[in-house]
Amino acid sequence: MTGKDEAELSRLMRAAIAGDEKAYADFLRRTAALVRGFIRRKIVQGGVDPEDVVQETLLAIHVKRHTWRQDLAVLPWVYAIARFKLIDAFRRRGRRIEIEIDEIAETFAEPEAETVSERDIDRALDGLPPAQRSVVSSVSVEGRSIRETAAKYGISETAVRVSLHRGLAAIAKRFGAKQFGRE
Amino acid sequence: MRTDDLIKALDADARSTAMPLGTAWWLAAGGAAVIAAVVFWLTIGPRADIATAMHTMRFLAKFVFTAALAVSAFALIRALSTPGASTSRAAAWMIAAPLLVVIAVVLELLSVPAAEWGTRLVGSNMVICLTFIPLIGIGPLAVFIAVLRYGAPTRPVLAGTVAGLLAGGLAATFYAAHCFDDSPLFVATWYTMAIAILAALGALGGRLFVRW
Repeated sequence: MTGKDEAELSRLMRAAIAGDEKAYADFLRRTAALVRGFIRRKIVQGGVDPEDVVQETLLAIHVKRHTWRQDLAVLPWVYAIARFKLIDAFRRRGRRIEIEIDEIAETFAEPEAETVSERDIDRALDGLPPAQRSVVSSVSVEGRSIRETAAKYGISETAVRVSLHRGLAAIAKRFGAKQFGRE
Repeated sequence: MRTDDLIKALDADARSTAMPLGTAWWLAAGGAAVIAAVVFWLTIGPRADIATAMHTMRFLAKFVFTAALAVSAFALIRALSTPGASTSRAAAWMIAAPLLVVIAVVLELLSVPAAEWGTRLVGSNMVICLTFIPLIGIGPLAVFIAVLRYGAPTRPVLAGTVAGLLAGGLAATFYAAHCFDDSPLFVATWYTMAIAILAALGALGGRLFVRW
C-alpha cells in the first residue's frame, strides 16, 4: 500500500461514483488484485476459498460505496470491508477464526492473479429471479454490453440497468445471509 | 463466475445515486427527533411548572447530561457505520455524559443531608421514567437501526448498542422536560436503567438485523 496507489484509487473511485465506467473498471481490477493478496495472506487454514472472499468483498464495495466519504482515504475503507468479509466467511462456515486481525498484512499486500474453481457467487446467481439472472449473466459471463443485452432480450436499456442493479444487490445480500455457504 | 466477469457486471452499474451515508445520518437524526417529540407530546408532555423549573440548576443539568450522551453517541455511531473510519476519539467522548453525572452526584451528596439521599434517589416517578424513556426512544431506535443497515458497520452489535444509547439520550432529553425528580441521584439511577434497556434492545437489533 503506497501513497501513490491511494491517491490514484481515490481519484478513480470518485470518478466512478460520478458515472465513469472506465475509471470504475480500473479501480475494481486494481482493488481486486490488492484484496486478493491481502486475503491470501490472512487465510492460514483451509476451508475458505480466497477468491470467494475477493468476490464477496467486491460486491460489498459496490453496494456500500455510498459509505465511503470522498474526503477520506479509500484503502483503509477497502481493507476494513475485506477484513469484515473474511471474518464473516469463516464464521459462516462454523470455524473458529484462525486469522490474525492485524494491520500488517495490508502493508505486505501485493497484487495477485485469480485462480479458477466453482464459486459461491454462481450459487447466489442461480437463486435470482430468471429476468435478473439472465441480465447479470449476459453482462458478466457472456460479456455483452448494456445495449447488446437490451437488444438480445428485447427490453429497454433502462430495464437492463435496473435488473442488473437489483440483481447485484440481491447477490450481495445472499452472500451476507447466514445460512448461505457450502455444506 | 470469474472475478473479471463480476467486475464487468459491477462496472456496467458504475454510477451511484445512493445518498451518502453522512447525509442519511443527519436526516435520520431529524426524523428521530420528530418521532420522539410527537410521542412525548401525545403521551406525557412537559411538566406544568416548566417556566419556573428552567431557573433551577438541577432541572437544567438534566439536559446537559442527556444532550452530552446524544451528541457523543451520534458522533460515534457515524464512525462505527463507516468501514475503516477511526473510532477512538469518538469513543473517548462517550465518557463525557457519565462523567458529568458522577460530578453532579458528588455535588448533590455534598449539598444534601444524608437523611434525604434515599428519598431523592427513589423519587416519585421511577415507573414512569422506566416506561416512557424506552417508549419515546423505541421509534428513534428503529430509525437508527435502519440507517445502520444502510451503512456498513463492521461491528454490528457494538453499533446497535450505540444506536440504543443515542435513542436513549434523545428520549431522555424529552422525558427530562416532564419529570419532577431533578436530583442527580434520581437521574443517575433511573435514567441510566431506562437508557440501558434501549441499549440492550439496540444490541439485539444490531445482532439480528444488521447484516451486509
